Amino acid sequence: MAGTLGSGVLMRVRVLVRPKAGILDPQGVAVEQALPALGFSGVTDVRIGRLIELEVDDASQVEEMCRKLLANPLVEDYEVQLLGEASGTAA
Amino acid sequence: MKFGVLQFPGSCDEADAQLAAGRVGEAVLLWHRDRDLAGCDAIIVPGGFSYGDYLRAGAIARFSPMMEEVIAFARDGGLVLGICNGFQVLCEAGLLPGALLQNTNRRFTSRQVHLEVVSPDTPFTRACAPGELLSVPAKHGSGRYYAPDDQLDAMEAAGQIVVRYAPGECFNGSARDIAGVCNEAGNVFGLMPHPEHAVDALTGSTDGLRIFESMALAAGGAHV
Amino acid sequence: MSDAALPTVEEAVALGLTRDEYALVCTKLDRPPNQVELAMFSLLWSEHCAYKHSKKLLMTLPTEGPFVVMGPGENAGAVDVGNGLACAFKVESHNHPSAVEPFQGAATGVGGILRDIFAIGARPIAVLDSLRFGNPLTSERSRFLLDGAVSGIGHYGNSMGVPTVGGEVYFEEPYEQNCLVNAMALGLGETEKLVRSAAAGVGNVLVLYGASTGRDGIGGASVLASAELGELSEDKRPTVQVGDPFEESKLLECSLELLERGLIVALQDLGAAGLTSSASEMASKGEVGIDIDVATVPLREADMEPFEIMVSESQERMLCVVEPGKLAEVIALTDKWEVHGTAIGSVTDTGHMRIFRGEELVGDMSVAALVDDCPLYDLSPAAPTQQLYPAPAAVLGEDADAQEALLTLLASPNIASRRPLFEQYDSIVQSRTVRRPEEADAAVLQLPGGGGLGVSIDGNGRKVAADPYWGTIAVVLECASNLACVGAEPLGTTNNLNFGNPEKPHIAWQLTEAVRGLGAACRALDAPIVGGNVSLYNEGASGPIYPTPVIGMVGRLPDVERAGRLGFAQEGDAIALVGPFRPALPASELARLRGEALPDGLPELDILAVRSAQEAVRDAVREGLLSSAHDIAEGGLLVAVAESALAGSIGATVELGDADDAWTALFGEAPGGFVVSGHPAAIAQLAERVELDIIGAVGGERLHAQAAGAAVDVALADLREAHGALAQLFA
Repeated sequence: MAGTLGSGVLMRVRVLVRPKAGILDPQGVAVEQALPALGFSGVTDVRIGRLIELEVDDASQVEEMCRKLLANPLVEDYEVQLLGEASGTAA
Repeated sequence: MKFGVLQFPGSCDEADAQLAAGRVGEAVLLWHRDRDLAGCDAIIVPGGFSYGDYLRAGAIARFSPMMEEVIAFARDGGLVLGICNGFQVLCEAGLLPGALLQNTNRRFTSRQVHLEVVSPDTPFTRACAPGELLSVPAKHGSGRYYAPDDQLDAMEAAGQIVVRYAPGECFNGSARDIAGVCNEAGNVFGLMPHPEHAVDALTGSTDGLRIFESMALAAGGAHV
Repeated sequence: MSDAALPTVEEAVALGLTRDEYALVCTKLDRPPNQVELAMFSLLWSEHCAYKHSKKLLMTLPTEGPFVVMGPGENAGAVDVGNGLACAFKVESHNHPSAVEPFQGAATGVGGILRDIFAIGARPIAVLDSLRFGNPLTSERSRFLLDGAVSGIGHYGNSMGVPTVGGEVYFEEPYEQNCLVNAMALGLGETEKLVRSAAAGVGNVLVLYGASTGRDGIGGASVLASAELGELSEDKRPTVQVGDPFEESKLLECSLELLERGLIVALQDLGAAGLTSSASEMASKGEVGIDIDVATVPLREADMEPFEIMVSESQERMLCVVEPGKLAEVIALTDKWEVHGTAIGSVTDTGHMRIFRGEELVGDMSVAALVDDCPLYDLSPAAPTQQLYPAPAAVLGEDADAQEALLTLLASPNIASRRPLFEQYDSIVQSRTVRRPEEADAAVLQLPGGGGLGVSIDGNGRKVAADPYWGTIAVVLECASNLACVGAEPLGTTNNLNFGNPEKPHIAWQLTEAVRGLGAACRALDAPIVGGNVSLYNEGASGPIYPTPVIGMVGRLPDVERAGRLGFAQEGDAIALVGPFRPALPASELARLRGEALPDGLPELDILAVRSAQEAVRDAVREGLLSSAHDIAEGGLLVAVAESALAGSIGATVELGDADDAWTALFGEAPGGFVVSGHPAAIAQLAERVELDIIGAVGGERLHAQAAGAAVDVALADLREAHGALAQLFA
């Protein structure tokens, strides 16, 4: 984990949230059904989720943010991606 | 009997809940940033779009100072009713099992439905007969109740499934047609349909009044 | 001020001013305008803000009456509804934004009209919408626009906790390129506490609160609403405004609390043309000047130019005038509601709008020049010499019988049940809704103290295209008939005039004749115009829209317990045809299904005879004589009977005897007809007062109808299936 607590360096973090396997995703189903009508065949298992991007000065906290607020672990999976240093610096 | 109705930025049905509860007792609004439950005997978390339903319905409201007090109140056995967005808030807060997902029809849907009273012996349904059908409106975009199957089995066995949509009337895709559930202790109840919009024949039906009457009965027994 | 790089006359023309208007701006300023000033003049002198092609016509409309509390010119009109309460209401269009992006276009349309209502201190209590698209059965684009607009309206109204209680939607080819999205809102407030928008008090502070300011919709009002859509290339279209109903619900609560606590002097919402329009209007009405420092305006993008800040159409913003001693309290209240207020300027005695960036003066114009001196144009109306609109494609064959015609009419997108639309709207929040959609001809809302409001919104572009004068009268009469069916009498009227390019003589003629008809009908009904909006340049590549005045009417009923319903209710009730009803097939829905061209003119009407029939029906409803009352509209008498049967889930038998022309009797349309049901003795009582024929009885599970040889015999279940045809559009 590249967390840099108190270093003054902001990390750019991306969180991907998607419905858990087995949870019906009506938006995904709708898109999956619409694509063949537009001539795109062979598309299966469309899942629609959320992309959250944050700049944080302690990236080690992001997991807990996901569990408490950014995702609902009962019905959603999440994935944290560290994108590297943000352009600005922490206030 | 004194009801407290929570008010968040983005709440919509708080005045309706206050009017409905006011038919069986006193009812006051409680501002989300305050921490004083004002001596209320029961708390209603109303419908609407608290914090715009941004992120997930109910996810942000659940962290308000007043909700912290409500969580403590519920853990002490206090009566808490969550309606629609309030149900979503109570699930997010962990006071009720399960989660509410987007309707399978992907649309906000507003429809008068019949609710079958599955558990008539909770503090929220004791004025109802077993199997009684209540005509109540439902209106929401994310009302598909979900819990894992083994948990649903356990809830059924424990009488935690309080109301179901009548056969053929569940438009949101809820597991086992579930419209409302309570916690294990029975003092916290959440449902998607709106009993507070069914308290006057002039504007629809009076069947929803039974929920508030039940709460008054229960609180009377507990506090008088 | 620096004179560097003054914009040229060509740039002024690109912003929508004519060369003569640019020259007039130079005269008013005594010098050429700089970039900030040109941007502000071009917006305030646009059709959308200055009504320069319609103002002279609008001045002919009746605007006074015993119930009028606030007339045209304020953010919304208002009528007295008793018990010290006033109902504020207004309809507005968001046509061109919705054609570009239907969800956000419709959502921000609702947001804008709601702000107009609470800007005068009334709490919004209801929304209605009026929509027009191309043929949804053949046009994927029309389905996309319909779906987006309905979702957008629902999203905004539902999230705001304001019920959407009624509306109308029609589908005709002339709207294929240029859809219409009109939204009406009603609000309730104490008459004594309604607030006007005039700035007052030199030295008072201007506070902007709500969302931050971004580049949304720059040039929206002048570019979108003042040119034909087909003329705009993709890159000329302004950025789409995005609505945030959560922000607006906080804005609403904060605004009402500011007024309730007496903390502000004046209030205005920011709509089209943003700060430019709001601040100038406030200054003009108060006959004062205003200084604004754009450096203090909270921005979403830091590098915005002063002119961009002044013309931004970012949504969910309000502007108020505050005495300096109350500023801290105002800011604290905006913080409570998380809509952070910022002092951005002050009221002056200069009579000028002065725009600063910090210390630097970047624009200086007389308020009068900006707001009052835009030239008004006379129209050059000329009746068209040939039919403007092609005949629609035929759907119903020549050899169809009456039963097939009835089922085809019920399934027509213009008549089919609107349930798949209104189920996407919360129609009951706020606990006032006594009649929900499709329970009665008008929505009914209860008021504190026992009485209630009836409200209806109507339009009929096809009839107005056939005859702008009599067609418009028919629309106003239908609106009042809808009110009569719930027992309400009209208090006031709002209108949205949706027309094509008024610089074309035949469009100018449509507009002139329609406004003449609107005035005549409102005068005859004593239902004055208290506010409205004009949307011109509604044309696509294939021609203009049907001329579409949309009429909203608010009425009062003394006892909501007796509010009328449209559904038959009681086995054995008599069914009667009431009123001076002279049906005709030209321009009817049946004529459209048969592919017939529009007629040249509609039959003349006795407006006062229709009014007295409305009064008779209204009084009968109020006395509780009737089980049901329903205005005869699209599809004629038999469709009205079928709708009453479906709404009540009970059948009917009707016999029209020896009508000269069975099809005209069954399906012909005209104002002034009602289908009512009630106990035979009650119907006999009504017959003493108004032209009335008993045509049948309520009962059974089928609809039987007979007229001069034409016969219909169909099960309710089959009627219901036909009537449910719109569901497939939302599958």
